Amino acid sequence: MLSIRNLQASVGDKPILKGINLDVKAGEVHAIMGPNGSGKSTLSNVLAGRENATVTGGSVTYQGKDLLALAVEERAREGIFLAFQYPVEIPGVGNVYLLKAALNAQRKHRGLPELDAMDFLALVKDKMKLMEMNESMLYRAVNEGFSGGEKKRNEILQMVVLEPSLAILDETDSGLDIDALKVVSHGVNSLRSPDRAMILVTHYQRLLDYIKPDFVHVLSDGRIQRSGGPELALELEREGYAWVGDATNEGVVAP
Amino acid sequence: MNSVPDTLEGLISLEYRHGFETSIESDEIPKGLSEDTVRLISARKNEPEFLLEWRLEAYRRWLKMTPPTWASVHYPPIDYQDIIYYSAPKSQKDGPKSLDEVDPELLKTYEKLGIPLHERAILAGVAVDAVFDSVSVATTFKDKLAEVGIIFCSFSEAVQHHPDLIKQYLGTVVPVQDNFYAALNSAVFSDGSFVYIPPGVRCPMELSTYFRINAKNTGQFERTLIIADQGASVSYLEGCTAPMRDENQLHAAVVELVALEDAKIKYSTVQNWYPGDKEGRGGIYNFVTKRGDCRGTRSHISWTQVETGSAITWKYPSVILRGEDSVGEFYSVALTNHRQQADTGTKMIHIGRNTRSTIVSKGISAGFGQQAYRGLVRMARSATGARNHTQCDSLLLGDRCQAHTFPYIEVKNNTATVEHEASTSRIGEDQLFFCRQRGLSAEDAVSMIVNGFCKEVFKELPMEFAVEAQKLLGVSLEGSVG
Ligand SMILES: Nc1ncnc2c1ncn2[C@@H]1O[C@H](COP(=O)(O)OP(=O)(O)OP(=O)(O)O)[C@@H](O)[C@H]1O
Ligand SMILES: [Mg+2]
Repeated sequence: MLSIRNLQASVGDKPILKGINLDVKAGEVHAIMGPNGSGKSTLSNVLAGRENATVTGGSVTYQGKDLLALAVEERAREGIFLAFQYPVEIPGVGNVYLLKAALNAQRKHRGLPELDAMDFLALVKDKMKLMEMNESMLYRAVNEGFSGGEKKRNEILQMVVLEPSLAILDETDSGLDIDALKVVSHGVNSLRSPDRAMILVTHYQRLLDYIKPDFVHVLSDGRIQRSGGPELALELEREGYAWVGDATNEGVVAP
Repeated sequence: MNSVPDTLEGLISLEYRHGFETSIESDEIPKGLSEDTVRLISARKNEPEFLLEWRLEAYRRWLKMTPPTWASVHYPPIDYQDIIYYSAPKSQKDGPKSLDEVDPELLKTYEKLGIPLHERAILAGVAVDAVFDSVSVATTFKDKLAEVGIIFCSFSEAVQHHPDLIKQYLGTVVPVQDNFYAALNSAVFSDGSFVYIPPGVRCPMELSTYFRINAKNTGQFERTLIIADQGASVSYLEGCTAPMRDENQLHAAVVELVALEDAKIKYSTVQNWYPGDKEGRGGIYNFVTKRGDCRGTRSHISWTQVETGSAITWKYPSVILRGEDSVGEFYSVALTNHRQQADTGTKMIHIGRNTRSTIVSKGISAGFGQQAYRGLVRMARSATGARNHTQCDSLLLGDRCQAHTFPYIEVKNNTATVEHEASTSRIGEDQLFFCRQRGLSAEDAVSMIVNGFCKEVFKELPMEFAVEAQKLLGVSLEGSVG
């Protein structure tokens, strides 16, 4: 589904991603861990097409297409979803309005008929139940005045409504209380299927207790320093990142 | 004035003549302004003596006045002798016969707006008083309105048929010497709309006028007077579009509203005049005086405006809160793109006890747009217990546009309260990215964010106007975000 080859990207003059290699197949869940500032959000953003980081080398193929050549909204319509580490507020724009506009833009792209208000409401109310969210949230402005945890839950609501092929979750677990974490994980798990893939960026094993990854990667200093199965996350939890290598420790090479 | 279309369809299709200027033979008087011009206009319109005297008084006062310079707008001096002050269409037979004859650029804009003009008015049975150049060519639904005693006609007709009402109310809200442009308008005004709602009557439909500017070098001096008698209420919509122009055109209208005891007037405007091209060539100069007088106890006047057009906008719809417990409101969205300049705001003059006013101003600047909000809240010594709340927000797109806020607050009664909130924000790259990541195009995303910003104002607009206003913002912002 996704194939990243020697991807390099800079913010300003500063190289952040220094040659990422990663293959994600349909049906797989990959966890990416790594110290603060190592480039996890930058990688997520580059995949989604945000322009604040400039790609300086490498290639990304997604479902056979050159991903880097697509505009942000084209990537979204092709099924890439990014749950933001820091969701933005959009004053005055109703949550329900944004969701409906987004879903219909994507449906149109896929040659499906647009949903009318009734059908859409039925769908979204169903998904709200799954996310254990109060319906009143639908009519509030996007993320405005939402608590940190509510914003994260709202991101996952968008994901379950849009049903992406490749979901990238950037620290969706941060800021969630333990009950919310269960609900969010339940939402994410409901989307797991043989034709979808997920990339979970996280700092904590806790999330991986609920969403079992197939692979765990450690990103440090702009490179994937180590990859392994779920046991790697446990190892990191015990040992920290010091031993995988970071900006001050270039010596460790990924297996 | 001889071929008044007899069907609504026919009447409204006049709107498709936007963009046409040469095909209509105009009954014009020579360029320039003098006492003779004023007399000639008055004579052409067969006006009673009192009105001629009133015009002449205004003209004499105007001669001694100078254009205001305090506004944050810049334009070359206007040669008032180079303007034709009166032009009436002789016939409408020469207008475009089909859509093929209409300026395609204009049609494209209508298409983007998604609302064919003829539908816009048919929606909800809007009554249209189409102002064609300077003379109203037709008025509809008159009979239906007349049944309940409502007078809705062109100003000229009102002068002929209801001179007493004109004499009683004209110039009582905006006196002839009020300001340079108001004095000019008073001297040479051509036509406009007149509305009188008798005591206790709620107007059964939205009243509407579409203004256009057509003949070359024809200054537009519209005069509108709306009176809501005791316990009456009315909602009035003013919509404007204008064809492409190379020369700047002056538009100096005056609108007067009078609300007596327990009366309510809601006046909504969507202004979409030609703003000039990207380099700032052409476009309308819109210098308007709009004022409402809450004369009676518990009277209520509400202004809602969406201003996206004109090269220069100079406009401060105001309310004088004279009656006890009267209420004044001002809801405004103003958008400046490219080289547009707008200096707009309101004045709330609290005189009566327990008067209340609300001001919500949303300014959006893109391109090199320049925008100033200028608002005066005055609490007179007599305004015991009066309250004002002002909220004034600016949204910037890009880094070459500017927004300024000039609140003037004068409080002479210490029981009065005035609250002012202001904010300036920029459409965030992160908001745009978020919307696009969910699948929206950049243009739809901007339009959605801007519409969200304007929501408090749009919800004050009548339904079909609100839809149009949203689309208008989208069209006006096209190309402002890369
Ligand atoms: N606009 C910017 N200007 C300068 N440096 C930037 C900018 N944006 C990101 N960076 C830098 O890029 C590096 C990678 O940031 P990134 O957000 O990808 O890290 P992260 O791995 O997601 O960290 P965290 O775990 O804290 O979320 C950081 O050192 C950060 O300071
Ligand atoms: Mg991060």
